Amino acid sequence: MDLILSSISQGLLWSILAMGVYLTYRILDVADLTVEGSFPLGAAVASAMIVADVPAWVATIAAFLAGGLAGLITGFLHAKLNIPALLAGIVTMTGLYSINLRILGQANLTLLNSTTLINQIQGFGVDKTMAVLILGLIAILLVIVCLHLFFSTEIGMAVRATGDNLEMSEANGINIQFTKILGFMLGNGLISLSGALLAQNNGYADVNMGIGAIVIGLASVIIGETFFSNLTFARRLITLVIGSIIYRLLILGALEVNFNPQDLKLVSAVLLAIALALPTVRQRWNYKQMKRKNNRSEVQ
Amino acid sequence: MTDILNVQNLHKTFEAGTPNENHVLKGIDLQMNEGDFISIIGGNGAGKSTFLNSIAGSFSVDRGQIVLEDKNITELPANQRAKYISRVFQDTRMGTASRLTIEENLSVAMKRGQKRGLSRGIKAKDRDFFKQELKKLQLGLENRLSMDVGLLSGGQRQALTLLMATIVTPKVLLLDEHTAALDPKTSEMVTALTDQLVYEKGISTLMITHNMQHAIEQGNRLIMLHEGNIVVDVRGEEKQNLTVMELVNLFQTKSGADLSDDSLILG
Repeated sequence: MDLILSSISQGLLWSILAMGVYLTYRILDVADLTVEGSFPLGAAVASAMIVADVPAWVATIAAFLAGGLAGLITGFLHAKLNIPALLAGIVTMTGLYSINLRILGQANLTLLNSTTLINQIQGFGVDKTMAVLILGLIAILLVIVCLHLFFSTEIGMAVRATGDNLEMSEANGINIQFTKILGFMLGNGLISLSGALLAQNNGYADVNMGIGAIVIGLASVIIGETFFSNLTFARRLITLVIGSIIYRLLILGALEVNFNPQDLKLVSAVLLAIALALPTVRQRWNYKQMKRKNNRSEVQ
Repeated sequence: MTDILNVQNLHKTFEAGTPNENHVLKGIDLQMNEGDFISIIGGNGAGKSTFLNSIAGSFSVDRGQIVLEDKNITELPANQRAKYISRVFQDTRMGTASRLTIEENLSVAMKRGQKRGLSRGIKAKDRDFFKQELKKLQLGLENRLSMDVGLLSGGQRQALTLLMATIVTPKVLLLDEHTAALDPKTSEMVTALTDQLVYEKGISTLMITHNMQHAIEQGNRLIMLHEGNIVVDVRGEEKQNLTVMELVNLFQTKSGADLSDDSLILG
């Protein structure tokens, strides 16, 4: 039970990553690999600042801003210099690896002797799992409300229109370079925020913690979409939370049936492949069912 | 009368310097009066769409200039030209954002040419206005404001796109075979709607069409493009009195080519 609760609470923190991935993958309609750099960037910035005795909440907000900067670079490469989004993300991600090492000063930075947001919540007399749960819920609530408000504004709607239809957006006077860059900044800001929160949850930041982050983000998005289709924007964000939690529980399940932790990335990859393939498989299955039904009624 | 649009010596070559080099526009000149409704006809590859796209700013031109009222817009990017120029495409999916709702699409169109800020995209008074405008379409869309546009039919979308293109009155409206992808009945509906919206606000309009009958009936002026140049330019009574056969004959003498494209007559 403890393990399940802990997986759920971690799922909450990971869901912010999923929301960031969702912004670029679904709203802007590009697969952004910057994730793998901006996620550890958020962890590094927050951890380095917390170790330097900056208040944890300031460090967490700084991580969000740093992620926005990373998104600005990818967005600039993609929107202004016409580099394909996938490659622009790889460029930024690769460069960020060195920057993250610089920020951390070493490959791994512990937060054991510093005060994190989670320590502060534990100060109210709750255990760690509960503290993470509370932190996750507050963070998610804030993010969903802010995103919902932002995407109802004139600029927010322009960003959504850009991801949906470039011709229509330009024909309606939207500066699509600006809206694309804004989307990248917002998405990577959230991803860094998620990195900052998870570093505080884990008690350390590691330069390699970004490996596979895109897989986790995408899997959460797809799982959420597979179970719940045709939703309004705010509800869609909530399904990402559910998707992230389901993903964590699946990983927990894999560990419980004695998978070697070394094989977890392989498990993640397989999970993502299944989640991505599910819509097609389901469609074919439905089609076959329909055919069979029709054939049967013809025979009669 | 004053010129609303003045196009001078427009040239455009695609893939210049390659074996696929294609000189599409070869020095087009066009003076358009304010309130003109010009229908444009011409065979495949005559340069009709390229001509409209160059006015809209989809790409830069090689030579010549485009002057809108007194403003030279030749170098202006497409999204800035959108302040003055709106358009409806042939592909019914191109004019609207399918994952946005009807009211969201309209609100994006309402801000064409204006600065977008952080205020709410759709306000209560906008909704009333949208409902009132959507009623003009007579498609019942005024009761479905929060429906995703992706769920609408091609004809409904095209009608909505027309409304979006005119909801803020543009200086020039560009229609690129906007009824060609529709079934005959829907096509007539959108055609009637086009006339209604254009005449109501007196919008200067350039309309490409494959339908000779529409080309004669709609608008006050007709131009024919052939190999990147305007070969016929008739207006007023002379245009209204044309018959489809006369127009076809005119095309053959002017272009010196046999009219092998049946769709020009039958479409």
